Order: sequence, then C-alpha cells, then structure tokens
Amino acid sequence: MNSAHASLKSEITSDINWRKVRTDFPILDLKIDGKPLVYLDNAASSQMPQLVIDRLVRYQTKQHANINRAVHYLSEVATQEYHDARCKLQQFINAREDREVIFTSGTTDSINLVMQGYGRKFIQANDEIILTTLEHHSNIVPWQMLANEKGAKIRVVPINDKGELDVDEYERLFNERTKFVGLIHVSNALGTINPIKRMIDFAHRYDVPVLIDGAQAAPHIPIDVQALDCDFYAFSAHKLCGPTGVGMLYGKAALLESMQPYKGGGDMIASVTFEETIYNTIPHKFEAGTPPIAAAIGFGAAIDYLTAIGIENIAAYEFTLLDYATECLAQIPGVKIIGTANEKTAVISFTIDGVHPHDIGTILNQDGIAVRTGHHCAQPVMQRFNVPATSRASFAFYNNKTEVDALIAGIKTVQKVFL
Amino acid sequence: MHTNSLYQEVILDHNRKPRNYGKLDQASHHAVGHNPLCGDRLDITLQLENEQICDIAFQGESCAICKASASMMTTAVKGKSRSNAEILIHEFRELATGKLDTSHPHHLGRLTVFSGIRDLPTRVKCAILPWHTLHAALNSISNTSTEANNDSAQVVSNHSVG
Repeated sequence: MNSAHASLKSEITSDINWRKVRTDFPILDLKIDGKPLVYLDNAASSQMPQLVIDRLVRYQTKQHANINRAVHYLSEVATQEYHDARCKLQQFINAREDREVIFTSGTTDSINLVMQGYGRKFIQANDEIILTTLEHHSNIVPWQMLANEKGAKIRVVPINDKGELDVDEYERLFNERTKFVGLIHVSNALGTINPIKRMIDFAHRYDVPVLIDGAQAAPHIPIDVQALDCDFYAFSAHKLCGPTGVGMLYGKAALLESMQPYKGGGDMIASVTFEETIYNTIPHKFEAGTPPIAAAIGFGAAIDYLTAIGIENIAAYEFTLLDYATECLAQIPGVKIIGTANEKTAVISFTIDGVHPHDIGTILNQDGIAVRTGHHCAQPVMQRFNVPATSRASFAFYNNKTEVDALIAGIKTVQKVFL
Repeated sequence: MHTNSLYQEVILDHNRKPRNYGKLDQASHHAVGHNPLCGDRLDITLQLENEQICDIAFQGESCAICKASASMMTTAVKGKSRSNAEILIHEFRELATGKLDTSHPHHLGRLTVFSGIRDLPTRVKCAILPWHTLHAALNSISNTSTEANNDSAQVVSNHSVG
C-alpha cells in the first residue's frame, strides 16, 4: 500500500456507522435458499439504497413528463430535475461547466460516442490508437471497429505479473502517428488502479487526447477531471448505487464542440429543414431523443447519497475490507489471487487449484454468496495470466468482515467438495 | 434447489478421473464445441464403423459439470449405434432443460444425476456442450458452439459458429 492509500486509511472517519449504512439497502436483507445474501458482485453492479429508490418513485409519482419541450408545469419540473442531476455530476467530477457532462446509456455508450464523434472525424489511415491490456471489451471493440474502418492501428500497453501497466513501455509507444489513448482507470478484472495522471500528462506532450474508462473508479476513488486534465471520462450510474440504463461522458467543451454528433434525432438539433440541419449546442448535440430522465434523476440522487458518506471515507473503509480479505484468502492453500498490484480497489480475482470458476460460483451460490465467474469481459487479461476465467469478489462499502468470513468459509466448502 | 444434489459423487468422480479422455489417432468423425459464455472448449473424436460408435474420446478445458457429462457420455455411447446415440443426445437435452418426464421409460440410466441442472439455467449449457458436440461430430459439423442455435436444447443447425 502506497502513501496515498495509507493517508486515506488514516483519515478514516470513526463517526460513520457502516452497520447503519448497510441498512439503507433493502435488498441486502434477502435470503437466498434460506441463507443471508452475501453480495460480492459490486464491480458488475452495485445495489440501490432506499433513498434512491424513493427518488425514482417520487419522480414517477409527482414529476414525470418529457423534458426540454412543453411549457406545462410537469415538463418544467422534469426539465429542471434532469438539469439538476447533470449539475450534481458536474460537481461530483469537478468539471468546469455542466455542459461538459453528457448523459449516455452507460460507459459503453459513452465510449462509443467518443469513437463515433471524435474517432471517426479525426482518426485516419495509419494513425495509431493506444489501449492497454487491462481494458474492458467496451474500450477495445469500438476502437477495433474504427481501426478496421479507417485502416488505423491499435497499440497495446502490456502489464506485469502483478497486473500493473508497464508505463515505460506506454511512453515508448508514442510517435507522430499516435492520435488517441483509451485507458481504463481501474481494472474491472483485477482492481489495479492505473497511474492515469502521469499517463495523461505524457499523452498531452504529443497533443494526444485521452479517454478514461472510469466505470470501476468512480464508485471508489474521488474524481477530479480538471486535476487529471483528462479529455474524456466515462462511467455508469448502476455501479454507483444508481439505476441501470444511464451513464455519463465528461468531455472538455472545446473537444465536444469539435465533434460530430453520434445519433441524430429530436433534441439534438437547433433547426431542421430537408436541406439542412443545424445541430444544437453541447450537451444537447449528443443527447438525441428522449433521454432516460428518471434514471438520470436517480443517478443524481445516488451521487448525493455517496457524496454525503464521502467517497474518501468509502475508499478508506473498502481498503480495510480489501486488506482483510486478501490476508484471509492468501492463507488458504490452493487459492491464488490474480492481480496483486500495489494500488488496488477492493476487487479480488482468484482461482482455486483444480476447480473451474463456474463450479466455484455455483457452489458459493448455494451459501448465498454472489461472486462473478468468467472472463469479466476482459479476455486479454485472462490470456495474459493464462487462465480461461477467474472468480471475482468485488466489495462495496456496505459489505463487512462477516461477509468476507462467509466467502472464506464458502471457498473451503468448494475445496471440500472437490477434494 | 440444493446444489449438492448436482455435485454428487458420481459427477465428482468422473470429473476427477474422466473416462475416454484424450484424442483418437484413428477417427472417422471429429468436432470441436465451444461455450463462448464461459470459454469451455471440448474436442471429440470418434470412430464410426458400420454405423456403430466403436471408439470415442474427448479432451478440453471445462468445468466439472461439462467434463463429467462428457466422460459419462462417452461411456454411454461407446458401442452404441449412431441412431441410439442420437436418441440419448435427444433425451439428455430434454433432461437438462427439464422437459423429460423421468417417470416414463428412457435410456439415460445413471445420466439422470444431471437432472438437477435444470434448476441452474446458467449451467445447462455446461452439461449439454458434450452432447451438442457429439451431435455435431456425427453430422460432420466440425466446429460448433452452444450459441450456434438460440435454444441449446434444439438440434444444432447446419451453420457452424467458431
């Protein structure tokens, strides 16, 4: 653990009652086959606190109408609430302006927006796009599609045996043909926190814009897009205690203005004739059609909820869970942790000798324990570690040491079954 | 659903000591099956003489359910005629998807230990992959996938997916 994390740890505020925080999440009271649910699949999707559920209900029961259109009361209320949600996100990531925050359907959609809007306009044949081995498929496939279309080339930053990026090699990949960098902030498969600030600064020496996939970072690390100086930053609501179907893309205003729209339709236009369409200003240029209004407002409520607890406090608490779980897992013979970066979020990918991850997942499920098994949409990471798949326990601030103990007991049950 | 009823000793035993594991040097039929959802890969070789499966082998990377299913399948179909093997393939698929009424006569014998899989929809394809691949091999489809057809319980269509 480096000094940054050590300081976060020392700052842990004793006045947060994490046991009480847990009671904010009604789903955590579920029993699975008579056993208490132990939900350790937070990297796939987090659960929703009652406050956000209530916000969705209030919107649907008292505030719903289409936005940016009619002059009637409900439309004005909904338009204002939707705008307020955008402002909450702006503050959450410390963007300069609210128009730099675009609502999308999620991280994947955000990345595709950048590929279509920026990539298709500015990336040409023989240009190079730098990605890393740690990328989720959602930050690989769109760029491959673009590279195939344009005759551009993808260069890949390798990782070491701990699952950390080789930043020296990253820097060596740059040349005059480098036109774009796509970089995952936190690896979904391994939990590795990448040194994105250093990498962004280096790319900017070559005037190369950087897109950060923050899907796994935003729930666990304070994000300041101005301090990072990233050009784009993307994440989804449903990994931040919000609803599915909505996410956001931050983009520097000048870049967003230079880009072509990704989808055509209502709301994204200033005027339309059959001869010509004049596009609306940002962010509307990128929000064609009726957006997921309810989900966006729920996203805003989730941001309020997390901000009230404090992402720093969440990070510090989750580090204690990570340390405890890592220590416990390391003591079980036959269990191997995949991804041992010095800087990690509370994600543990592991294998058990002689047992396929899907069998692990099924047997843990019998004890009410939910983990993810598979390739985590990160097949290049699996290939790097020469495993077809792993099991992954990913923790949130509403998890606790009792649940870590349940996981450990579950793993021992798996080993007993396959003895 | 108690998962223990699925991970029974007979399944664990076939996982630990798979029968007919490997690849036949002399094979009249061969197919590779994939389950892209979990990365499982199964390679089946068999020797068909006078419409009879006189030898069969499998190898590959898979979970315990898939490996045990493959192992028990090879012991079940070895020596059987092609048409009898196809009956077993059909019945096994019906069993795994909960469509087989086991109180009626069937030919599955000990293979009914897999009946519990019907309660785990995400694992049904693990159990079916070997049978799916065997069917492909018998019909000279060299490459198949659990996703080759929307309903894995259906007979694989002629187009193959890599």
